[in-house]
Amino acid sequence: MSKKAYDKQHPAFYALVVAMVLMAVGPIVLMLSTSLKLTVDIMSDTSGLFFLPTLHNYEAVLCKVLWYEPQSVDYCDPTFGRSLGNSLIIAITSTVLTLIIGCMAAYALVRFRFMGRDTVSLVTLMTRMVPPAVLLVPIFGIWTFQFKIDGTLVGIILIYVAMNLPFVIWILQSFIVQVPIQLEESARIDGAGPFQVFFLIVLPIIKPGLAAASIFTFRIAWNEFLLANALSNRNTRTVPVTIVNSLSEYNLDWGVIMATGMLLAIPPIIFTFVASRQIITGMTAGAVKG
Amino acid sequence: MNRTLANRLTPYMFLAPAAVILLVALIYPLGYVVYASFLNWNPSQRIGQAEFVGLRNYINLFSDESFRESFFVTIRFSVIVVSLEMFIGVGLAFLLDRNIRGMSALRTLFILPMMISPIVVGLMWRYMYHPTVGVFNRTLKALGFESMPWLLDGDWAFASIIIADVWQWVPFIFILSLAALQTLPQSVMEAARIDGASGWQSILYIKLPLMMPVLIITFLLRLIDSFKVLEVILVLTNGGPGLSTEVMALRISRTATEFRELGVAAAMSNILLLLLLMLTLAMFFYNKITEKRALRQKSEAAEEM
Repeated sequence: MSKKAYDKQHPAFYALVVAMVLMAVGPIVLMLSTSLKLTVDIMSDTSGLFFLPTLHNYEAVLCKVLWYEPQSVDYCDPTFGRSLGNSLIIAITSTVLTLIIGCMAAYALVRFRFMGRDTVSLVTLMTRMVPPAVLLVPIFGIWTFQFKIDGTLVGIILIYVAMNLPFVIWILQSFIVQVPIQLEESARIDGAGPFQVFFLIVLPIIKPGLAAASIFTFRIAWNEFLLANALSNRNTRTVPVTIVNSLSEYNLDWGVIMATGMLLAIPPIIFTFVASRQIITGMTAGAVKG
Repeated sequence: MNRTLANRLTPYMFLAPAAVILLVALIYPLGYVVYASFLNWNPSQRIGQAEFVGLRNYINLFSDESFRESFFVTIRFSVIVVSLEMFIGVGLAFLLDRNIRGMSALRTLFILPMMISPIVVGLMWRYMYHPTVGVFNRTLKALGFESMPWLLDGDWAFASIIIADVWQWVPFIFILSLAALQTLPQSVMEAARIDGASGWQSILYIKLPLMMPVLIITFLLRLIDSFKVLEVILVLTNGGPGLSTEVMALRISRTATEFRELGVAAAMSNILLLLLLMLTLAMFFYNKITEKRALRQKSEAAEEM
């Protein structure tokens, strides 16, 4: 059996594969199609496959950030546009910060042999195990009464950076270990300082690790609800918080809700299609190396 | 002179930002939650004004019916969800461990459910479970069956949150066990085939035992994560009907925000933390032991050569 040739499979096998794909993607497709429907179409008894797709729901959600004034929307609720901005700022800033800080720490841990890898992986595991719900009480107390940064974007960014740092340090460490030390030494002989070595030699080599780490960090910062809910006020709410708040309304407009859900889901979906290999690397590394 | 000093300080400068942030925003809060669990504290008080009540919060928790209920709901949820996911995920990995076209595209599609926000997952499933417009009841009705009380009845709601979680996390186990399967030593597989092992035999006696270390780690990782599930359940049922789907994480957040008893919530947090700590340590030491064993086997094999 050569590696290149693909095996021929039983038709039932393909049926199984198709069924699995449908199950994995079906709910997402359903959300997408609902977000393109008018309420009449959602409520109607006839089959959900035939309808006139409309961007009405997206216009209603994004009305404040659109460059034109959507005609179909009579009342514009600015909440979502604002929270989308907040979510973007929080997720991007905390990802960038976590990566820079985590990268430096990982480098120091590997090259200067501070702590054993064991200590780092134990700490990573320990923090990975902490549920956000456990952090809820102390973060609320400390952020409100001691740091006085509740309700600010800075406060939310700070806790996301802290939550993600251990994992980022740990995964980058495993990439930095593979950078040949000779490369750094020769750069040093040529007169490069430690910072130059780090930024010009090490960083470019560990790009795949940085990609994996940034996707995981961004995903957590973008998706997190509980702590953002406790720390944000009306002006600093993120998208997940807005969605959960709108769920308590008596008359749910499913089209609009699904459009918001879709907007929240789009960045992770894009990442998945662009960088699925890095994601799988990050995931398997997390399990196999503990 | 200046240069050597700079070199000596470099590692500290590289480490300092991470150390400061972890200390201030992670270690300190974790210490704080232990202290807060001894207080009678509500959100409008500063922590200094809260009354110190010793172990009272913990003692009350043990006689608290609804906390005990949420404890058992959590355990039941985690055990059922993780065993279902392991069973389905590993099974699918065996089925799909073949040389087929488009495998990587397939894997990409499978990681979608766990990449999107738990809030959105909850939203999608809440829509599908909807009593009138949801796809499940519509299909049932179209086929002439009675519609089901998906999120409206205790047992059904519990089953519903299990289905949603299984949907989201089977791919995780599938991908990890597929990766483990594909890195098994080819020579062993070949030897088994030559010795005439059937498909089932090679799975049961060769592949599964060889995958065991990865499977156990995957199991523990997933078990730990399943204790943290909150958002999906919050969106789907918010713990109801009654307390039927109220897991501990949800109970903690409700105690803190709705009942405004931060001390009690902190005590619950510590119990949950203790539970997870035990699981994590089990995982860490299991890892150490298997690493040691692998090393020993390697050196023994080297000696025999």
